[in-house]
Amino acid sequence: MATQPVIEFRSVTKRFGTLTANDRVSLSLDRGEVLALLGENGAGKTTLMNILFGHYRADEGDVLVDGRALEPGSTRAAIDAGVGMVHQHFTLADNLTVLDNITLGTESLWSLRQDKKRARSKLDAMIEDYGLYVDPDAFVSELSVGERQRVEILKALYRDARILILDEPTAVLTPQEAEQLFSTLESLRRDGLAVIFISHKLHEILAVSDRVSVLRRGALVATVETRTANREDLAELMVGEAVVRPKLKPLEAGPPVLEMDKVSTRNGALQEVDLTVRAHEIVGIAGVAGNGQSALADVLSGLEKDFSGQVLLNAQPFSAGNPRNVVASGVGRIPEDRHSRGMVGDMEIWENLISEDVRTAAMSKSGFLINRSAAIDRTRRQIEEFDVRCEGPNAPTKLLSGGNMQKLILARALSRNPSFILANQPVRGLDEGAIAFVQGRLLAARARGAAILLVSEDLDELMSLSDRIAVIYQGRLSEARPGSERTIAELGLMMAGQSDRGEAA
Amino acid sequence: MSDLFDILLTAGFWAATIRIVSPLIFGTLGELICERAGVLNLGIEGIMTVGAMAGWMWVYQGGGLWGGVLFAACMGMIFGLLHAILCVHLGLSQHVTGIGITLFASSLSYFVYRMLLPSATTPPKIVPFQSIAIPGLSDLPIVGAALFNQSALTYLALLTVPIVWYVLFRTPVGLAVRMSGENPVAVEAQGINVLAIRTGAVMVGSGLMAIGGAFITMSWFDAFYFGMINGRGWICVALVIFASWQPRKALIGALLFAGLEAMQVRAQQSAGAFIPYQFFLMLPYVMSILAMIVIARKTKYPQALLVPFRRGERV
Repeated sequence: MATQPVIEFRSVTKRFGTLTANDRVSLSLDRGEVLALLGENGAGKTTLMNILFGHYRADEGDVLVDGRALEPGSTRAAIDAGVGMVHQHFTLADNLTVLDNITLGTESLWSLRQDKKRARSKLDAMIEDYGLYVDPDAFVSELSVGERQRVEILKALYRDARILILDEPTAVLTPQEAEQLFSTLESLRRDGLAVIFISHKLHEILAVSDRVSVLRRGALVATVETRTANREDLAELMVGEAVVRPKLKPLEAGPPVLEMDKVSTRNGALQEVDLTVRAHEIVGIAGVAGNGQSALADVLSGLEKDFSGQVLLNAQPFSAGNPRNVVASGVGRIPEDRHSRGMVGDMEIWENLISEDVRTAAMSKSGFLINRSAAIDRTRRQIEEFDVRCEGPNAPTKLLSGGNMQKLILARALSRNPSFILANQPVRGLDEGAIAFVQGRLLAARARGAAILLVSEDLDELMSLSDRIAVIYQGRLSEARPGSERTIAELGLMMAGQSDRGEAA
Repeated sequence: MSDLFDILLTAGFWAATIRIVSPLIFGTLGELICERAGVLNLGIEGIMTVGAMAGWMWVYQGGGLWGGVLFAACMGMIFGLLHAILCVHLGLSQHVTGIGITLFASSLSYFVYRMLLPSATTPPKIVPFQSIAIPGLSDLPIVGAALFNQSALTYLALLTVPIVWYVLFRTPVGLAVRMSGENPVAVEAQGINVLAIRTGAVMVGSGLMAIGGAFITMSWFDAFYFGMINGRGWICVALVIFASWQPRKALIGALLFAGLEAMQVRAQQSAGAFIPYQFFLMLPYVMSILAMIVIARKTKYPQALLVPFRRGERV
């Protein structure tokens, strides 16, 4: 018996100006099925879902729900048809309660009273059924990111959604929260919901989906059964060519570049940290977020000066608390949050790119004017060299995708040939192609002789890229030892606070 | 010092406080509704002037008192609509638009007044709202005169507080208004028109502001003077912050300010001989600033306040 698909996209095309975001995409989805939508950043995944949810209108083609065409461009119609969407950026109001956030728009605007009692009992039942635990009376501002996502899912379920779209749901979650999400998805699937799971993380897709549809540059390139798929094939379908993540080649480490001796911050975020990073060497810092990584990065990027202990850079005293001197003394910085710390979104690309060099002779005229033509020239060259996809040096930086913004930060950090590079979560949120690019550049810098400190929460990344790995836990840093001497399981235990048992083994 | 305590025990002081607080309640609640929806309305000073002139003029031209209140509210809503078109639909700066509305609305009020009464030297008078003594209750000491022997518009002001609270916090439309001031994208994602919600809120809020202005010419005084709003609109803007956008706290803040105002007039009379009267004039404002420093630093203000919403923009 052929069953009616819950959702069907028929040759959907969407253009933004000259860019074709979706090119004749056809997809279908059945009850109780989890479909993964895979693609690099900018491949058109979110655009396609925004068409389904009525945020955008397709230029051509139809979307059918239960065999009936959905009214285009109407969020209301999509909700009424049973579509629920969990956006990548949550649409919640921090200063309102969970209950208010969930019930908004579920009652007639002109009724004289909110029926909170009925809402609460319906919500309580859903929280129990799906294990989406959250306090209905809490203010959203008090919730963790994982809890906020549960509120978003509850919001969709509260509207009796039968089709749930999750846009990059794990991008903001800790590994434990992600596991919890996957088990929730499993129980939703059992209840007959259809789920569309947008991601560019291959291992997640292989873990949770029934089928995978791959988008590349707006077009659907393949739909495969997850059982028959493997990581390499999917990566190739997504990028369009075989992707090889760069590998570490053994190199003889040179003289020490960065030396930290008993460094403690006054607020206790770092406690007696000893660390040496040599030339031709990448030292990885593993740890669960919030264990002192930010404090370490702040010290080394010159933002924090309130610490005791000694820091030497190339055997010279470190200009603590003075970012300009830190950069001038040979530190390249890749900050954790590219939007808030890395770039000024409202400024143009060239302005961001030369922001660390404004005072150098090459970028200035008569000592106080910016040498605009030299700056633009350099920006052109680096856009080319680092393959930044953008309209040109004068484009506003906020229009860049995450990967392109990160390439720009990399270009800025590497342009001075720094002797020490602080790479804080350099590939978080990037797609496969961009990850390979960023990692390749870091390895090239290592080959050139730079010392690199790589902070990451991804143990696979650390294992494949680091000469030595140390674990940070509650502000204390373990001894950095070669990755081959420890297993991922051991590192995981150390990240959870178990002390280093390396010597005993 | 004992003089001040004596003042606190007079019925006249409390009656004056409640009279002074009435226009502040209308204005503050009006501003509060606008800001809860995410729109700062600095047109308040001008909109109160419009209300004061329009309500009074309606009665002066032979209309009824309640008709005048209604007319003032409608005029206020028209200026609210103008504000909404400029900064909700066109997304212009709310600060600049609001100050523009204030300048435009006050000047227009004075202009119309002069057009209709070109030769009046002493401001003509109307018969304003009279006090209504509530039988029984009005005979209570102090409280009776303060709360139960006031004009109908004052009763309306006091009644507006719970009504605005109920609508904002207990009805679906109130939730949509508050959510528009916190995260308009969330409202849009539920298929509710953010621009319509904000426009409606600004219009209703402006209507209340205009009634506040009308109170001054129709229930407190009986004539319209130039400059008679005298910064009360700005005080309302400050009171909203003082109140952390809560109607109940807005009432408390307005009472505090009105009490200080009533107090300073009396203190001038009793202590004016040795302290310059300007000191007492300044007192309510100094106290307001101090209160703001203590309270307003910790408040959670609507997160989308001042942020224009544009539909379909890529986020």
